[in-house]
Amino acid sequence: MKKGGETLNRPDNTAFTQQRLPAWQPMLSAGIVIPGFVVIGLAFIGVGVALFVTSQNIQTLERDYTGVDQSSEHNCFQCLDVKNCICALNFTLSKQFEGPVFFYYGLSNFFQNHRKYGVSRDDHQLFGDTSYFTSPDDTCSPYKYDSRNKPIVPCGSVANSMFNDTFSLYQLVGGQKKQVPFDGKGIAWWTDYNLKYKNPSKVNGSLANAFIGTVQPLNWPRPVYELDTSDPSNNGFLNQDFLVWMRRAALPDFRKLYRRITEGDYADGLPSGNYSLEINYNYPVRDFGGRKKVFFSNVSWMGGKNQFLGIAYLVIGSLCIVMSLVMLIAYAKYRFDDEDS
Amino acid sequence: MAREVEETEVKGSKVKKQKRRKSKKEGKTRTVHANLLYDNAKGEDNPNRHYANNKIKTTKYTLLSFLPKNLFEQFHRFANVYFVFIALLNFVPVVNAFQPELALAPVVFILSVTAIKDLWEDYRRHRSDKEINHMDCLVYSRTDRCYVEKYWKEARVGDFIRLRCNEIVPADVLLLSTSDPDRLCHIETATLDGETNLKQRQVIRSFIDLDCEFDPFKYNSIIECEKPNNDLNRFRGYIVHRSGRRDGLYKENLLLRGCTVRNTEEAVGIVIYAGHETKAMLNNNGPRYKRSKLERQMNVDVFWCVIILLIMCLFTAIGHGLWLFQYGDKRPVFDVPSPDGMDLSPVLSAIYLFLTMIIVFQVLIPISLFVSIEIVKICQVYFIHQDMDLYDEETDSHLQCRALNITEDLGQMQYIFSDKTGTLTENKMVFRRCTVAGVEYSHDANAKRLAMYQEVDSEEEDCTSHGGTLPRRDSVTSHQSGKVVLRSQSTKSHRRTGSRAEAKRASILSKHTAFSSPMEKDITPDPQLLDKVNDGASQMEVMRFHSQSLSQIPSDLSDIIDFFIALTICNTVVVSSPNQPRQKVRRFELKSPVKTIEDFIKRFTPSRLTSGSNSSSLSSLVTNRSSSHRGCSSVLSSPSADSTLNKLDEERRTAANTNANATGTLDHAFSPVPASVDGARSPWAAAMAEGELRYEAESPDEAALVYAARAYKCSLVGRLPDQVTVELPHLGKLTFELLHTLGFDSTRKRMSVVVKHPLTDQITVYTKGADSVIMDLIKPPPTDNPKGKRQRKILHKTQNYLNLYAADGLRTLCIAKKVMSKEEYARWLRCHLEAETAIQGREQLLFQSALRLETNLHLLGATGIEDRLQDGVPETIDALRKAGLQIWVLTGDKQETAINIAYACKLLDPEEEIITLNADSQEACAVLLEESLHYIQSKFLCGSSPPAHPSATKQQQQQQFSAFHLSPFSCSPAKLSSSTSSSASSSGPFLVHRLGLVIDGRTLAYALDRSLEDKFLAVARSCRSVLCCRSTPLQKSMVVKLVRNKLKVMTMAIGDGANDVSMIQVADVGVGISGQEGMQAVMASDFAMPRFQYLQKLLLVHGHWCYSRLANMILYFFYKNAMFVALIFWYQFYCGFSGSAMIDQWYLIFFNLMFSAFPQLITGTLDKDVSAETLQELPQLYMSGQNSEEYKPYMFWMNMIDAFYQSLVCFFIPYFAYADSNVDLFTWGTPIITLALFTILLHLGIETKTWTWMNWASIMFSVALFFTVALCYNASCPTCYTPSNPYWTMQRLLGDPLFYLLCFITPFTAVLPRYFYRACQGSLFPGPVQVGRQLDKLPAETRRNLLSLQWMKVGSFGSLFGPRPSFFPFPRGCGPRSRQPHPSSSSSSSSSSSASSTSKKPEAPDSTLNSNSLETWTSCPSSKPTVNQHTTSAGGVQQQDSGQPPSSPSPSASSPHPDSKGEPLVPPTDTDTLPYTKEPKRARGAPPSPSSTDPPAFEVVELPSDFRPLGWMTSTPLLAPQPVPQHEGKAGNAQGGAQRRDYEGEASPMHRLLPKEGGAHRARGSDCEKEHALKTTLL
Repeated sequence: MKKGGETLNRPDNTAFTQQRLPAWQPMLSAGIVIPGFVVIGLAFIGVGVALFVTSQNIQTLERDYTGVDQSSEHNCFQCLDVKNCICALNFTLSKQFEGPVFFYYGLSNFFQNHRKYGVSRDDHQLFGDTSYFTSPDDTCSPYKYDSRNKPIVPCGSVANSMFNDTFSLYQLVGGQKKQVPFDGKGIAWWTDYNLKYKNPSKVNGSLANAFIGTVQPLNWPRPVYELDTSDPSNNGFLNQDFLVWMRRAALPDFRKLYRRITEGDYADGLPSGNYSLEINYNYPVRDFGGRKKVFFSNVSWMGGKNQFLGIAYLVIGSLCIVMSLVMLIAYAKYRFDDEDS
Repeated sequence: MAREVEETEVKGSKVKKQKRRKSKKEGKTRTVHANLLYDNAKGEDNPNRHYANNKIKTTKYTLLSFLPKNLFEQFHRFANVYFVFIALLNFVPVVNAFQPELALAPVVFILSVTAIKDLWEDYRRHRSDKEINHMDCLVYSRTDRCYVEKYWKEARVGDFIRLRCNEIVPADVLLLSTSDPDRLCHIETATLDGETNLKQRQVIRSFIDLDCEFDPFKYNSIIECEKPNNDLNRFRGYIVHRSGRRDGLYKENLLLRGCTVRNTEEAVGIVIYAGHETKAMLNNNGPRYKRSKLERQMNVDVFWCVIILLIMCLFTAIGHGLWLFQYGDKRPVFDVPSPDGMDLSPVLSAIYLFLTMIIVFQVLIPISLFVSIEIVKICQVYFIHQDMDLYDEETDSHLQCRALNITEDLGQMQYIFSDKTGTLTENKMVFRRCTVAGVEYSHDANAKRLAMYQEVDSEEEDCTSHGGTLPRRDSVTSHQSGKVVLRSQSTKSHRRTGSRAEAKRASILSKHTAFSSPMEKDITPDPQLLDKVNDGASQMEVMRFHSQSLSQIPSDLSDIIDFFIALTICNTVVVSSPNQPRQKVRRFELKSPVKTIEDFIKRFTPSRLTSGSNSSSLSSLVTNRSSSHRGCSSVLSSPSADSTLNKLDEERRTAANTNANATGTLDHAFSPVPASVDGARSPWAAAMAEGELRYEAESPDEAALVYAARAYKCSLVGRLPDQVTVELPHLGKLTFELLHTLGFDSTRKRMSVVVKHPLTDQITVYTKGADSVIMDLIKPPPTDNPKGKRQRKILHKTQNYLNLYAADGLRTLCIAKKVMSKEEYARWLRCHLEAETAIQGREQLLFQSALRLETNLHLLGATGIEDRLQDGVPETIDALRKAGLQIWVLTGDKQETAINIAYACKLLDPEEEIITLNADSQEACAVLLEESLHYIQSKFLCGSSPPAHPSATKQQQQQQFSAFHLSPFSCSPAKLSSSTSSSASSSGPFLVHRLGLVIDGRTLAYALDRSLEDKFLAVARSCRSVLCCRSTPLQKSMVVKLVRNKLKVMTMAIGDGANDVSMIQVADVGVGISGQEGMQAVMASDFAMPRFQYLQKLLLVHGHWCYSRLANMILYFFYKNAMFVALIFWYQFYCGFSGSAMIDQWYLIFFNLMFSAFPQLITGTLDKDVSAETLQELPQLYMSGQNSEEYKPYMFWMNMIDAFYQSLVCFFIPYFAYADSNVDLFTWGTPIITLALFTILLHLGIETKTWTWMNWASIMFSVALFFTVALCYNASCPTCYTPSNPYWTMQRLLGDPLFYLLCFITPFTAVLPRYFYRACQGSLFPGPVQVGRQLDKLPAETRRNLLSLQWMKVGSFGSLFGPRPSFFPFPRGCGPRSRQPHPSSSSSSSSSSSASSTSKKPEAPDSTLNSNSLETWTSCPSSKPTVNQHTTSAGGVQQQDSGQPPSSPSPSASSPHPDSKGEPLVPPTDTDTLPYTKEPKRARGAPPSPSSTDPPAFEVVELPSDFRPLGWMTSTPLLAPQPVPQHEGKAGNAQGGAQRRDYEGEASPMHRLLPKEGGAHRARGSDCEKEHALKTTLL
């Protein structure tokens, strides 16, 4: 009736306002679902097989050296209550351990992921900000000042509980102990080493001077600038072991990379033979019922040995196939009956 | 309910304000003095200083108060308090979980979004306030001694204000003087109540006689009136003059703020109420707030979430306590003591941890849910507003959602309560026929004209504006188009002067005013009656001329004249002429001195007023009319119209001849448009323009009657408060002195005018009202004399005709009169005047006074007015009923009328039985209810086992019913009452039967009594349709309340008038029709729409969508948050229950707010589970909303379980995958959050039914946003973000193949069960909605074809068990062509039926069901037995549809009978029988012409012979067959019954789609399982 200007309220006739946007309507109908399941299932099984095979090819060696229970392989039970104790763990490789070999230590029942534990650190301090040396962040308390009210550097619970067992590996060649060289470089994250952690600038050419006025963490035998006496550059906050420790583990049973074996005669791996791992047994774990372990492992493109993922792919893949079969049967039951009629 | 609380709050605050004011000044009244007297002592002495000034401020905030006030308001919402509490908890060091500032972020974000929204709204209010406050008005200034322009806000109570024409009244003003000689002021109250007709306001009594201009300085009275209140229709008070004289003040004296002055050059008044105290402002309470059912349900689940949260926290806290306890006194190195170095006891730690966990798990109570719901609802409202289908081009109005937050309730309605007049009908009243003095005038020509209008209606809509340009129509519109042109011109000029708002109002005006569609205006007079009118009038004239007593005229003639006089004057119609729009027609006589003398004579002697000019006007009128009819005929080009034309021409000629003295003016009369520019002021010209007088009535009935009278040349020429001018044939203009008008009210159901008859000088009462009341008030005719006998006969006849009218669905009115002697009148007048001046209880007194007057009436006649059904009403009602909605019609009309309208709109079905409840007393009502209850039980539950839950006994009952199939009233249930409603009922199962209940108002009053209401409900709910006639507004709302509260169902009330307001307010959802009866209903409603038929799309499409979208979104929200929180919960087992999270706090906090927010909003806004077309074609899909199928309580728990499962997957797959590695906390946690994100997006993907580019974009955006934020965050600062500091984590992860491997398997595994479930559901056991979706996938043509096939089945079901589908082409009386076209089919099928297995009962419903549309088409509903014997194979029909060549007989057609081979090749005629949904009308109207009226049929012809439509169409091999039932005989014989399996409902999607209708079929029971072939044709 009214044209033009009279239809002020007339709605816009667009696909959007009229809710007519072109749309794809996926139908979860058997015709699509069954082939879909089959294809996905087969793909998953394929990936699963690949993963499983890869994982199977990874060699690992795992030894517990806590010393809580007696073992013929090591004598670490002697060290349970002794300070500065050294014990040895002997093991035999029946065949070549392909390189590069990674050497880990592991702790179990150690809750590095405890909420308050994780908070207990001062990132600014660890960044080399000396203003935080004198007054660490509150998050560090009660590991902030020592009993004489001197600031602790590095402060906090994480640093304080740093793992301090040390290891050296010897191959027993004809009764001779031949040290296997460990590579301690680059075991921490590149970003940790280069960006996140920084040593304070040296005072008078000495790193130690930068830490004057602070004390080491309560549990530490040495200050942070003397963590590695063998390598002056591996000290302070940039000590690789320190960096590895400071990166908190996700789960209470964890392992951390200690060294890599990439040098000398062992660049291709550990040849078969007898080995002895000398352990500087320092770290107490009995308080919380923990265990200490060492691991040797080589790695593949997908990381360390882990059969789970391969198996998971296989299981889910097969499940898909089974489901598609179930649906096929149900489908057939209805469908073929129909066709009979 | 929440709304009620809100309202009372609003009221409460108002009351408080008023109380405060009251405490300041005592007294119940307001005293207003003129400000002029106190101008010097501005401050202290002015008694008006306490009253609010005219400045309005609707803003909530000021710049300063915004922040505190807004925050305060936001904290009224509990959720906000909760989140702020949690955020603040983070500031407590011992329990904090996150960086405190970061934890504040989400809640601050939410609060600020709301605050910004509020601020914006408030700013807009501020702007509009400012605009209004700065409008100009003329206020009398003491210093300037004249009216000066001031802003509105400067006007104060007690100021004198001068209003000019078209000005808006700035405050509530008491009218003191106007420029109008009658001391009237016309106003238009469109902004208050939407009524566009002019209303008269009168200068207060003591100022009426003021001759000179009103001088404010002379005013020294004091006004006492009531306190400000919001009642628009009441104003009481009195004015005290210096002399001590008091005069009453009424609402007729008050000009309300917001009204517009019309037709009055100037008016002066004194401000009584200003600003916020004006009635308009007091009536202005903001949008309504309701809480939807879905939201209520959601709140329960939020509560469950809280419980889950507490349980999880408690569990963790206890775990932590135990964990600490196991270490004893010797704490491990990783247990950090409290800052002072002390070890906390396990118990204290646990308590602290509990609080910490509340923070960590806070996400479980979805902070963004509330915001998201609001956003989605706003979008839904936007889409509803934008829908083209809900836009009415004619009125340029679209559906408005006035309540913003109950859109989803539209999808859950169960009961609809509808008004009739104006809602179902157009409220365009058309005079149809009348009875005068016992003689019926059928107005056949009029009826024909109406029938033709119906047909040209659509064209007319297009053409009227073109007027004469269309040659086809030029003559019909000659008199209309001229009018249209004039009108539009005037509108334009109006617009030029006025503001834009005014222009808009004017355009509305021109559309709305005066109900003046040509259909209503042009009435073809009944020739017989016209003759009599002329006859009577001429006799009267003669007698008057000879000063004879008028009583000598034959009583029937005088009755006729009186009848038309009553029609003309017994109303409140205002006359205006379109030349000067909304300008009152001036009285002709009074102004010139000569006329005054004439008037004087006229008043006191029955003088001769006939003059040449008058008769000339008459003739001009006649010509005008006849020309208009010529136009009609040319358009309609039907012979009958031509004959009418001829007749009219003759009439005109005779009229011209009889008025011999008029011949001189005939030339003028014949000129189509009089060139009367100069003659505008002369009475002659005015009379010329008479044909264009416009009548503006408060109700369309009145207008219809006035137009009807005008057709008989008894036209209303002018109306003033004290006189009515009427032009009668021969007699010319007569002016009746109007003594009283006793307005219409719904209790009396009548109105009366008391006039002094100018011819007889008698005081005459004309009464017009509902026949039921008037007939009771008629003076009983004396029994002894023949006159009395004759009168009794008349009464009797009239009553018969009234019944006849009502049976035709006409609205009936009785017209009566009463002549009073002077003494009688004087006696009555005394009481009446007392009543009028009473201040207390005046309404009651006036009511009684009216009752005293309206007795001993003399019946004149009765009228029948037709109120046409709106377009699409039957279809809409049918669709809504198919959607499982119970529709009750509550109307004030009389029973017969209501029933007939109900039949017309398919509310009642001719086949169904109607229970009528009419009781005179409470006891009788009780007995009636009891009886009908028994009747229903015995009839419908007969023999069935003791009723248990309906679903349990469904089959049994249906079997039972099938046995009853042949009983006169088919007693199968139309449908089972929805499970929710039946489970909600306390009194066992209720089936809705094929019964209609009709109850009248009086009985309803008894039935609504507390003692009977349960019984009434029990009866009513088992009926398919309920019709309450003669119900008052209060009863309407009581019924709604009763049903709503007792049955616990969702109710919707729909109405258009003020009498529906209470019902609209009571219902869960109120819908107002913005129609003819003003805006009250719209103002009270939640949704307002222009037409009833829009209800179909609003409910079936938008309601369904809104509900399913929101329900899915809410469920998804719960799932999402639970799934997310559970991840952290599982982690607690691996971190000593320390409250640690492997997920960085940023992800934790922003996950909900940013990363996962958009896709669900898009899906919640745009997802369409089924397309609009399918939803409308399959109304059954609506039931999913009624039964809350998208969101049932168990679904919450299923979702929770699913969430826990998914989180387990997302947690443990990475857990095991990284188990033997040196992974660090966040390198392990970040994949988990990533996987969780993928999982929930995938989950959303499964739940999303339609993917538009926006869905894709939002999901892409979410993923991209997550990775972008993560990468930026992980690279931005090596030392910040303690304690987590996830520096470079994401970057490293992206280089890790393991991460990608996880990303593949984990989300897939997580959603696998749900996907599998959905896949099974979609392909093996599709619910109705899934089937709807499958239909959507089909190409449009095929789908339509399929649907029509489908419908056909529904139709055949429906004709037996359910509502008859509206499009079913041949409802009744299709006898002649029944089964003629296919004798072979019937014979073959019956023979095959006889060959069928013997276990079959002949009348088993299957046979009927199987006989699809063909069957139903061929047989009348009445001939049911034959239907049953006469069974056709559905397969056969299918073949016909697919047009298979005989060479490839389908298996189903291989009947042993020789005929059967040929039989399926029924000629294409048969395809006609497929009701083609798109064109029902054509199907109905068209003769069964052979050939291709049905395109789909031919579409199918192309298909291969082994055609299985759904099979190839949906590329879903699993789709089960279409259960178009097959003839069991054929099935049994052809392929061997042994192979048959009854897979019915389960196997067949289509079948499930029609559970209700198909129920009986399915329930056939085991013995006929064999023959049951459902394999069907369709698949």
